[in-house]
Amino acid sequence: MNRLFPVLVTTAVFLIGFVVCSLQFPNFASTRVVADLLTDNAFLGIVATGMTFVIISGGIDLSVGAVIGFTTVFLALAIQQLGISPWLAFAAILIVCAAFGAAMGAVIQYFDLPPFIVTLAGMFLARGASFLMSTESIPINAPLYSELPDYAIKLPGDGQLTVIAMIMLAVFAFGIVLLHFTRFGANVYALGGSRVTAALMGVRIGRVTILIYTLSSVLAGLSGIVFSFYTSAGYSLSAVGVELDTIAAVVIGGTLLAGGYGFVFGTFVGVLIQGLIQSYINFDGTLSSWWTKIATGILLFAFIVLQQAMVGFARRRSRRAVGVTLS
Amino acid sequence: MALRLPRSGVPQVLAFLAILAINWTVSPQFFDIRLQDGRLFGSLIDVFNRGAPVALLSLGMVLVIATRGIDLSVGAVMAISGAIAASLADTHPLPVVLAAALGAGLLCGLWNGLLVAVLGIQPIVATLILMVAGRGIAQLITEGRIVTFTAPELVWFGGGSVLGIPAPVAITLGMLLVTLILVRGTALGLMIEATGGNARASALAGVGTTAMTMAVYVWCSLCAALAGIIAAADILGADANNAGLWLELDAILAVVIGGTSLFGGRFSLVYAVLGALIIQAMNTGILLSGFRPEFNLVVKAVVVLVVLLMQSPRLSGLGLLLSRVSK
Repeated sequence: MNRLFPVLVTTAVFLIGFVVCSLQFPNFASTRVVADLLTDNAFLGIVATGMTFVIISGGIDLSVGAVIGFTTVFLALAIQQLGISPWLAFAAILIVCAAFGAAMGAVIQYFDLPPFIVTLAGMFLARGASFLMSTESIPINAPLYSELPDYAIKLPGDGQLTVIAMIMLAVFAFGIVLLHFTRFGANVYALGGSRVTAALMGVRIGRVTILIYTLSSVLAGLSGIVFSFYTSAGYSLSAVGVELDTIAAVVIGGTLLAGGYGFVFGTFVGVLIQGLIQSYINFDGTLSSWWTKIATGILLFAFIVLQQAMVGFARRRSRRAVGVTLS
Repeated sequence: MALRLPRSGVPQVLAFLAILAINWTVSPQFFDIRLQDGRLFGSLIDVFNRGAPVALLSLGMVLVIATRGIDLSVGAVMAISGAIAASLADTHPLPVVLAAALGAGLLCGLWNGLLVAVLGIQPIVATLILMVAGRGIAQLITEGRIVTFTAPELVWFGGGSVLGIPAPVAITLGMLLVTLILVRGTALGLMIEATGGNARASALAGVGTTAMTMAVYVWCSLCAALAGIIAAADILGADANNAGLWLELDAILAVVIGGTSLFGGRFSLVYAVLGALIIQAMNTGILLSGFRPEFNLVVKAVVVLVVLLMQSPRLSGLGLLLSRVSK
């Protein structure tokens, strides 16, 4: 119960927000709005799943937005100009992303460098590479892209569960299984708790670190594929600043930024909350888009303070338990 | 010969001179300087002039990094102060404009300092809040438009000159001197380094670590606010979306190139400013040589990686080993 408290708070915030929106706008509580919420935030949800693993392990990955941009440009060039089949292009870009993530993880592990500066260099590299490939927005009109809406599942009411929403839900399900029910997931938590302790207990921290950043980059690549479905184009400036939205979603979802604590489900709700703010602003019509940033900032602050309070409380309790008091 | 690269500053000076020499071979008129309307012009002057905002940011950033912190919000603070300066410039006298813009910077710094020093939130997360929300606040001030102004007093900050030296360069030099006198002329610098080296031990030894941490974040935001005024004066307007965008990364990069350790505990103001100039000289060189500006990011990524690997604890351990062997 206590362990789940931050996730419960996040879920409660989302539900209360949804009810408030529904009371204010009569058309809000419909399957259409919910389905759009899932579709519009699908790429964010996928990349946030990977970021949850990274943050729980005590790291951070600033390169994800640039990887998404790189992926969309790569796909557009491969499919449109080289005429490669989309499926082959998807496979190729996921392999490239995996190698990229593994390289970052290896540098972090073997040169003992802070993750944020290594992934910052990765961000420059990926964004620069996509600029070099093309600075223009390239439309993708492969048959697969135009057929995609046909596979959407009709929901009762007016909503449609699109393919990209289904991909996101599948990724979240995969993330929950991987983090909470496998040995790899347990190792991720161990790493976030304390690297030294984890190493002493026999966790192969080098391997786990490399795998974590590989996972994050692969999911960023998948998110780029979904983003190219969403926009039907490849553009080197797409998804600028997404790394911050992603980190915000993970933190709002109750994951501790110091590592060692968090749930994939919380991240899912965190993504939905960001989407809810955006939907509210769209429905209202008079509020300007910059309120999204301010509202996200305020929520971020509130959740971080809540985390600090909880960590402080837990520490005081454990001190009392062993009979240590600080003057 | 121990690997004492970061301390001596020789590689930075050599790198700067090498890049200038490369620029000269690419463009033979690179060192041509002429005096026109009482102000110096030329490619070399341009390097200093364009590098001034990042140099200002790196002045504050280097102190923050010396306390083992990081400030991601400087770009957003630039946007806020630029927006305030631009919207007040035509209706208020210069002292009021400056006081308002710098005052906003002061408040931002206090906010960051409060979160880091008093609430004990990790710096990267604490400043992320202002990074996300700050741009929204700047857009709130400009009401989403690009605010332009014509007041000549404020225009001076971008296009004016002191004894032929462009105003941005003169201001940056002045701030460098003030900062040098403040931190190296007194014990402040030592106490900042102590805080970064080991905050707990320093606190027990009587260093006011909370006050130190607050002070460096306030100084960092003040420098950012000044850079924001210069950036706004340069384009005669404030663009809340793009002012200072990604400059936080350039500032961190400048500090890293300057040899300041990301692990806190030692810093060099002059070399951080030199780092900013190296970055700008590379930018100018890439433009002069006719390469596409898109190469910039890739080159930066490579530079970050090389400098980081030189700083890496593992590699310097290797250097120590080699020096022992050679003895």
